[in-house]
Amino acid sequence: MLAYAIRRSLMLVPVFLAVSVIIFLILHFIPGDPIDNLLKVGSSPTARAEIEARYGLDKPLPVQYLIWLGNVLTGDLGTAIVARRPVIDLIGQALPHSLALGGLALAFSSIVGITLGVIAALNRDRWPDRAIMGGVLVGSTMPSFWLGLMMMLAFSVWLGWFPVSGARGWSSLVLPVLTIGLGGTALVTRITRVSMIEVAQKDFVTLLHAKGLSPLRIQLRHVLRHALIPVVTILALRIGWILGGAVTVEVVFARPGLGTLLIKALAQHDYPVVQASLLMLAMAVMIGTLLGDLLQAAMDPRVRAALA
Amino acid sequence: MTAAARPAPAVLRAFRRPVGALAGAWLLLVIAAAIFAPLLSPYEYDIQTLKEAYQPPSAAHWLGTDEFGRDLLTRLMYGARTSLSVSAIAILISVLCGMTLGAAAGYFGGRFDRLVTVVVDLTWSFPEILIALILVAIIGPGTTGVLVAISVAYLAQFTRLTRAQIMTLKGETFIEAARSLGAGSGHILFRHLLPNALAPVLVSAMLATGDAIILEATLGFFGLGAQPPTPSWGSMMSAGSALLFKSPGIILFPGLAVAITVIAINLFGDALIAALDIRSRMRPPQ
Repeated sequence: MLAYAIRRSLMLVPVFLAVSVIIFLILHFIPGDPIDNLLKVGSSPTARAEIEARYGLDKPLPVQYLIWLGNVLTGDLGTAIVARRPVIDLIGQALPHSLALGGLALAFSSIVGITLGVIAALNRDRWPDRAIMGGVLVGSTMPSFWLGLMMMLAFSVWLGWFPVSGARGWSSLVLPVLTIGLGGTALVTRITRVSMIEVAQKDFVTLLHAKGLSPLRIQLRHVLRHALIPVVTILALRIGWILGGAVTVEVVFARPGLGTLLIKALAQHDYPVVQASLLMLAMAVMIGTLLGDLLQAAMDPRVRAALA
Repeated sequence: MTAAARPAPAVLRAFRRPVGALAGAWLLLVIAAAIFAPLLSPYEYDIQTLKEAYQPPSAAHWLGTDEFGRDLLTRLMYGARTSLSVSAIAILISVLCGMTLGAAAGYFGGRFDRLVTVVVDLTWSFPEILIALILVAIIGPGTTGVLVAISVAYLAQFTRLTRAQIMTLKGETFIEAARSLGAGSGHILFRHLLPNALAPVLVSAMLATGDAIILEATLGFFGLGAQPPTPSWGSMMSAGSALLFKSPGIILFPGLAVAITVIAINLFGDALIAALDIRSRMRPPQ
């Protein structure tokens, strides 16, 4: 298992390099020059060259990439062009907010999604199943920013239960977590349900029934354990999506996080900040995939045996 | 090719199920409203009558008016033109490119297949909204940017699905039979493999169109989609979000239009899957 974990982690290195090249290159195709924002109207070309040299923008692209990569690996994410502060500070401020939001949303979708999926599977094709799957479909088809705004209208403005926006205290987290979590719940519910139904048709379940165990006990103690394997994998893969969803929801609720940072930096053509926030999101996606694979190996003896 | 895999009659069979019929009827209604918007509405989508601004729903304005006194229902119908056509065209481009890439990778295998798989896996793990945001940032806001962004964001999905279908079908006896009769690669690929891979790809394209409508709305909400005065469901909500507390209808109705249309697409897609009997082939490839 340990050997597999090490091997699987090492596989992230080429992926990280590929992603870093893409993130680095893509931003150099973006039209709009941040230097224009810094220069006063009518500045001389020398002033421009000076600023380009200060940010290293005058060197050939591969050199710029290697310098950037070296800096990133040593924790130096550069200086934000517009905010004129170290990017690492901006990321450091934003990251805890995004992690809290993402973590809670992930917890919400797992708990609610697995519970609903189990209830739906146990009542397959009867009304609780139909009601849950219908509700889940409705929940997954609403644009998250719209859902967020509607909840803001209902719970903050009309009922006055939660603050409208911002990041003060725990109560300001409730609506954003619900908004992101409801979208994730749909997927978790669907996969739990399908997986439970599939496992329930396996031979060993028939055997358990033949042994005379109570059906509910079989479902919850034996079927669920097997059925959770794909669910956990999907949940880990979902980490990236949840952070992606957080981008929109953070903007809607005016929360200081990676998403708000990214959207603002995109509008200001602030390369270092865009690169750093994209890199953070990409790394979250990669760590999620890694966790998913490792958890799957840890839970499924067949996968473990195949890898040993 | 079995009768069950033929798409056209399957659409009719999907309409025979009550849920499919209801969902299909809504989709036809929205499409008709988009096409015939100028005939159906007495109002223009872009003429401002400020003294009629912020009206609640009434007999004259069924859904009320926006901050410039423009009829919301009219803008919703014109918005459907932008939102539906951008999403559908983007997914069409995505499907065509994805099928070509996936079929070539699955059929020929080798180094090309490995390259495609690596790139697809890489983009697959990225949330679509991020890919789309980056691309719109490069191309610039507007319909073209959104179109390209959506096509690229869903490319991985169709490449993966087509490749998986081709890989499974490649080993079937009827392909072996065709090959032993002397059929060339082109014949096998275009006459045997692709037609049989078509049904799951087309159904997932339909479901993806629903996701694309949401993505288009999200980009529009960030002000990156269709530029004023052209309405799209997303840009209408972008304008409405600032007026949420003053006049909730401006953002409520476009959101409802998105949600109901996407629900209808999903339900109709489900009915199609049942009618085509391809449930097992729709599983997302792991």
